Amino acid sequence: MAQAAIELIGINKSFGAVRANRDINLEVERGTIHGIVGENGAGKSTLMSILYGFYQADSGEIRVGGKPVSIHTSNDAIALGIGMVHQHFMLVDNFTVLENVILGAESDALLKSSITKARSELDRLEREYGLEVDPDAVIEELPVGLQQRVEILKALYRGAEILILDEPTGVLTPAEADHLFRILKQLKDQGKTIVLITHKLREIMAITDTVSVMRQGTMVATRTTKETTVGELAELMVGRRVLLRVEKGQSEAGAVKLSVKNLTVKDQRGVTMVDDVSFDVRGGEIVGIAGVAGNGQSELLEAISGIRHAVSGEVMLDGKPIDLTGKADPGELRDRGLAHVPEDRHHVGLVLAFEENENSILGYHDDERYLKGPFLDVDAIMADAKDKIEKYDIRPTNPRLKTANFSGGNQQKIVLAREMEQDPGVLIVGQPTRGVDVGAIEFIHKRLIAMRDQGKAVLVVSVELDEIRSLSDRILVMFAGRVVGERGPDATEGELGLLMAGVEHQEAAE
Amino acid sequence: MSTPYAKLPAWADYGLIPLINLSVAFIVAGFVVMLVGENPFRAAVILVEGAFGRGTGIAFTLFYATTFIFTGLSVAVAAHCSLFNIGTEGQAYIGGLGIALVCLSFDSVLPWWVIFPIAIVAAAAFGALWGLIPAYLQAKRGSHIVITTIMFNFIAASAMVYLLVGALKPAGSQAPQTRNFLAGAELPKLNWVIELFGAKIRSAPLNICFLLALVMAFLVWLLIWRTRLGYEMRTYGHSPKAARYAGISETRIIITAMMISGALAGMMALNPVMGDQHNVAIDFVSGAGYVGIAVALMGRLHPVGIVLAAILFGMLYQGGAELAFEMPAISRDMIVIIQGLVILFAGALEHMFRPYIQALFASVSPKSVGMQAVKGTGA
Repeated sequence: MAQAAIELIGINKSFGAVRANRDINLEVERGTIHGIVGENGAGKSTLMSILYGFYQADSGEIRVGGKPVSIHTSNDAIALGIGMVHQHFMLVDNFTVLENVILGAESDALLKSSITKARSELDRLEREYGLEVDPDAVIEELPVGLQQRVEILKALYRGAEILILDEPTGVLTPAEADHLFRILKQLKDQGKTIVLITHKLREIMAITDTVSVMRQGTMVATRTTKETTVGELAELMVGRRVLLRVEKGQSEAGAVKLSVKNLTVKDQRGVTMVDDVSFDVRGGEIVGIAGVAGNGQSELLEAISGIRHAVSGEVMLDGKPIDLTGKADPGELRDRGLAHVPEDRHHVGLVLAFEENENSILGYHDDERYLKGPFLDVDAIMADAKDKIEKYDIRPTNPRLKTANFSGGNQQKIVLAREMEQDPGVLIVGQPTRGVDVGAIEFIHKRLIAMRDQGKAVLVVSVELDEIRSLSDRILVMFAGRVVGERGPDATEGELGLLMAGVEHQEAAE
Repeated sequence: MSTPYAKLPAWADYGLIPLINLSVAFIVAGFVVMLVGENPFRAAVILVEGAFGRGTGIAFTLFYATTFIFTGLSVAVAAHCSLFNIGTEGQAYIGGLGIALVCLSFDSVLPWWVIFPIAIVAAAAFGALWGLIPAYLQAKRGSHIVITTIMFNFIAASAMVYLLVGALKPAGSQAPQTRNFLAGAELPKLNWVIELFGAKIRSAPLNICFLLALVMAFLVWLLIWRTRLGYEMRTYGHSPKAARYAGISETRIIITAMMISGALAGMMALNPVMGDQHNVAIDFVSGAGYVGIAVALMGRLHPVGIVLAAILFGMLYQGGAELAFEMPAISRDMIVIIQGLVILFAGALEHMFRPYIQALFASVSPKSVGMQAVKGTGA
C-alpha cells in the first residue's frame, strides 16, 4: 500500500455541547480520489476546516506525508501543500484570472514581476491539467464552471499536492460537472491527492476510489468505491434504510389552477431574466422546472408570487389575473390560495433571528387566528407552532428557540409547515431540499406528493435533476430565461442535461 | 453546511460584556484624570457620591435619566426597523416647539393636568412630523436616513433659532427664549418620593416625566414584542426581503417606525421644558439626542436595558458636574471626554471584547456557549 498523503488520528472537536467530530480516523492514500459523504451537520466541513486550519482540533493528530504536523492557519495548510476549493468561491469578481491567482501570493512589492512569473507558471499548469482558462479574462464574465477552475488553479499555483473540494458540483451543469471530473482524474494521474466532499452519491460512485461516510460527528465507515452501492452508502449516512426515489401514483390532473402566459421579467440592470415563458399547472399535478442555477428560475418564481415586477405577460391564479407590476400584495395572494416556499429560506422565507414560533406565522401574521386586536395572540401562536412542530417532526421541538439554531432540514420544514398548513390551492416551491439532509428530503418529497394527491397544483423549481425527475409529472427545462423544452417524468438525465446546457451548446456535453 | 458559532449565556451577554466595556472606559478615563494630575480614585468617589450620595444628587441623576430614556427609546424603536435615526436631537428640539405653542396658549387658563396631556400629544406630533419627512424620503426616494436626519437636525436648530429670536421671544427681551410659563404649565416634582426614603432635597428638577418615561418604556416593549406592528417592524429590520415576502409594505413600515421614533424624541422635550426650565430656550436639547444613540446601543435596544443605561448616563452627567466643581483641574470638557469614552467603549466598540470572552467561555465551560440540543438529530 502506498504511503498515506493525509492521516487524521483520533480527531475530536466540540462546539459547546455539540461534538462536531468524535474520534475521527481517516487515511487518504496518495494519488487517489477520496470521497467524504454525510448529511448536513454530520461534521464533514468541520473536519476539513480542521485540516485547512480554520479550526483547531480539541485533541488528535494530523499527519501529512507521514509526519505529524500542527496546522493553525490556512497558511500552514498551504505550506504543507494542502489546497481547498470552497463551495462559495473566494474570488474578486472584477479582477482577472491572473490577478486572482496571485492574490495573497504576490512575490514583490511591485506587481509586474509577480505577474510575469505567474503567467508562465499558469501556462504550464493549464497545459498540464487541461484547465483551459484564459488568464486575462475577468472573473465576473466567466461562467461558474470556469470560475471553479480558477479556484483549482489558485490552489495548484500555491503548490497544492492535496486538493480538498467542498460540494464542487452544486452550481454546475451536468456537462460542466463532467469536465470537472475529467480534470480531477487528470490531477490524480499526475499524482495529486483529492478529497471530495459531497452529498451526491452518484458522483461518489462515478469518480472516487475510496469513500468515507460520516454520521453525527463520527466516521461510520470507509469503503472501496467499487465494492459498495448507492443504497449502502445512503443507509450508512442516515443510519436506516431510505427511499432514494419516492413512490407516487399516477397523477390525476384537474382544472388549470395556475396559468403563466408570455411572461417576461427583467432584473434591476435591465437584463432579460425570464423571456416569454408560458405554461399551465393543473390541480393534482407537480410541474418541475429544471435548469442550472441563474437561468431565470428564481425571477420566474418571484414574479409569480408577486414579489418581482414583470415587464409583460400574464399570470392567472384560478382564472383571475395577478398584479404583475411588482406592487402586488403577497398577503392578498396568500388569501387567494397561493403559497410560496422561497428558494432562499435564510433571507426570504425565514427571519433567522426570530424564534421558531414567530417564523411560523410570517406572512400570515395578519390572520385573525394569531391576533387579539393590534396585539399578537401569543398563546394561539405558540399552540399553532407546537402543532406544526409535531406534525412535521421539526426538531428540536422548542418553539422558543432561535430559528438560526435549527438545522437546514428543520428550517425548511418550518417554512413548509407554515405554507402547507394554510391549505393553499397552489403551492410554489423553490429548491425544496437545498441544504437539507437525506432523511428530511424523503419527508419533504412525501409531503409534496401528498399535496398533489389532495388535488393541489404544485410548481417545483430545483437545480437537482434527480429531485425534479422523481417528483414531477411534467418537466420544463429553463435555459437563458426561456423554457427550452417539456418532457415527461421518464426523460433521461442525458436528455435533460442537454436541454439545460442550451441546445446550441451541445458540443460541450459530448 | 452551517458553521457552528459560539453563543454566550444571557447573563454574560447582557451583564458581563457591558460591565467590562464600562470598566475599560473608566480605566482609560482614569488615566486621563491622572494625566491632568488628579487622583483617579478620588475622582471616581466624587463622581459616584455626586450622583447617588445625597437626595439632591439622586434627583438630578434621575432627571437626566428621564431625558435619556426618551431619546434612547426613540433610537431603539427606529433601530428595530433597521433605521439609524440620528435625528432624535432635531425631533426633540421641534417637539419643544409643540410644547411651547401649547403652554404659551393655555398656561393662563388651564391647570397642569389638562395642559400636560395636550402637551404630550403636541410634543409627540411635532417630533413625529419631523421624523416623517426623512422617513418619506427614505421610503420613496431611497435617500439615506442617516444623511437626511443629520441634515434635519441642522434645519431644526436653525429654525428654532429663527423662532426664538423672533416670533417666540417676548418683546423687549434680550434672551433667545420664550417667556416663562405660568404655573399652569409647570409639572409637579417627584422629589418627595426620594424624601420618603429619608433623604433631604434642596431643589431638584425631577418631575412626573420620569414616570411618563417608565410608562413609555413599557409601551415600547409592548409595541416591539407583542403587537403586529412591532412584529412587522422587526421582520423588516432583520430582513427587508423577508418583509417583502410576507406582504409588509416597506413604505408604510419605514414611515410608521420613524414617526413613532420621532414622537418619542419629541416627548423628551417635556422633561426639561415643562418640568424644569418652564420656557423653551435655545439649544435646550444640548446633545441628549446623540446620547440617546449610546443609551440605546448600550441598553441592547431593550427598554429595560435602556432605562438602566439612561440612569448610568444620568449619573455621568450629575456626578460629572460635581466632579468639575470639586476638582478644579477637571473642567467641564474633561467630563465630556469621560462621557465620550463611555460612549466609545459601550457603544461604538461594543463588540471589541466579545470574541475574547467567547473564547474564554468556550474553554472554561463549553456547555455555556454551546448550541445545546439545538441541532436536530438528522430529522
